[in-house]
Amino acid sequence: MVYDALIAPFLEFEFMRRALAAVVALSLGAAPIGVFLMLRRMSLVGDAMAHAILPGAAVGFLLSGLNLFAMTAGGLIAGFTVALLAGVVARVTDLKEDASLATFYLASLALGVTIVSVKGTNIDLLHVLFGNILAMDDQTLLVVAFNATLTLIVLAVIYRPLVIESVDPLFLRTVSRAGSIAHLTFLALVVVNLVNGFQALGTLLAVGLMILPAGIARFWSRELTGMITIAVASAILSGYAGLVLSFQTRIPSGPAIILVSAALYVLSILFGNVRGIVRQLFPAPHLEA
Amino acid sequence: MRRWRLLLGLALSLGASPLHAQARLNVVASFSILGDFVKNVGGDRVDVTTLVGPDGDVHVYAPTPADVRKIADAKLLVINGFGLEGWLPRLLQAAGSKATIVTATAGIAPLKAGSDADPHAWQSVANAETYVANIRDALVAADPVDADVFRQNAKAYRAKLEALDGEVRQAIGQIAESRRRMISTHDAFGYFAARYGIALIAPVGVSTEAEPSARDIAKIIGQVKTEHIPAVFLERIGDPRLMRRISEETGAKVGGTLYSDSLTDEKGEVPTYIDMVRHNIRTLTSALAK
Repeated sequence: MVYDALIAPFLEFEFMRRALAAVVALSLGAAPIGVFLMLRRMSLVGDAMAHAILPGAAVGFLLSGLNLFAMTAGGLIAGFTVALLAGVVARVTDLKEDASLATFYLASLALGVTIVSVKGTNIDLLHVLFGNILAMDDQTLLVVAFNATLTLIVLAVIYRPLVIESVDPLFLRTVSRAGSIAHLTFLALVVVNLVNGFQALGTLLAVGLMILPAGIARFWSRELTGMITIAVASAILSGYAGLVLSFQTRIPSGPAIILVSAALYVLSILFGNVRGIVRQLFPAPHLEA
Repeated sequence: MRRWRLLLGLALSLGASPLHAQARLNVVASFSILGDFVKNVGGDRVDVTTLVGPDGDVHVYAPTPADVRKIADAKLLVINGFGLEGWLPRLLQAAGSKATIVTATAGIAPLKAGSDADPHAWQSVANAETYVANIRDALVAADPVDADVFRQNAKAYRAKLEALDGEVRQAIGQIAESRRRMISTHDAFGYFAARYGIALIAPVGVSTEAEPSARDIAKIIGQVKTEHIPAVFLERIGDPRLMRRISEETGAKVGGTLYSDSLTDEKGEVPTYIDMVRHNIRTLTSALAK
């Protein structure tokens, strides 16, 4: 009975196994990035980026028609440009990163809509470009896995400066120049993860599995390693439970996974170790000497 | 703002003024297939513009100012109906249009897709004949001087459609009955399937925007396996990866691309409705016939 509900779908159908593999790979790469985004107060960057890639995708479409590869490459370039410009502006001027990103992504979106309309068609490019977790072919799966690997390695390399940069940027600026490099490398990682996530899994999943697990982790750990571990674990759990939910109830897979994640988030708000509501109302008794 | 209003008013008064007998009738069609029908009936007596052009997706259309101007100028606006042009009422209001609206599906009994009518009625050639009759009547009413031309054109074109209908029946008749099954990305071929006796399975709902659940995909894979469905088909607009996945998992081959909601431009594969039906039937028969 439990076996039928929880395991049999994955044994019986290859597309379920592929979806699970994709969701695990995505969780490994995206969830740690989400934690850093949360620390830097850039949690909404994912949604901005979903629109910022439009002009690149549109140029790819103009040059080679409905070609996923050209459109994704264009999207990556547009995403990089927006993220790097926004990052540079935030560093050299007084404008904060969120505001600077907002202006660049809006300009980028407008440019994208203009380019699409030049061609005179009204295909919803982002709709065509954004994939579905149930349709993993070998190539897409490899790209998602490659991404996760790359993300983890690069994060390991820039971990130290990135952590200091996220917590106390002024301090880092006084002792080292590594802050800028770590910051811009991190932005590049965000873009790669998001664009490939969109292309493979759709907007909702790519952004959702980046941000929601980070929010969950915040309620269970005070230190960074713990947060990252919990974020990855809750992302994988949501992915698995969401796929099972989608299999049993006919809820589309992307929304199902994010809904499970949101439910975990609500539970965390209520019962979380670190300033969860129940914890605040009924604090554990202090040890008395 | 004021100048814009003035221009709009000017455009309106031009559109509404009584046309000179020799002036061509200004007709706007909502998407490329309807535009093709109007061209065939109107011949050189009408100017046809389409809102959703070749290769466009009528389900996700967003109007531009140029479209609003076209509608403001038009005498007739030909739409499909059955809820396909959900964006139309607001657009008409914005344009302040006095165009007569012609619903091309008038008189056709809609198939149901869930609780809504399935709009893709043109995929049955018999329905296309009704479309053409409706368009003919509307053109005749709008421009009685050219009535004979319209009637003649419509008669000739309907004869072609009738022949086409026979062609399709004959082609399907040559496929073994057990192999008359098909899968396509979205339910665009319901009318086609009903008219020509083909069993249709689709993973996604009527609109190209809906997302399938894991259970939907699992059901289709199960069905393809147990019923030995020979081929799955891709659609022109949309992500082909889902169909490829189903094909790989079941061993059914990918049978080619079917056109559902839009024609291509002149240089493309299917510039007219008749080309589209012929292309689809060729694709179907070569994949399904053994």
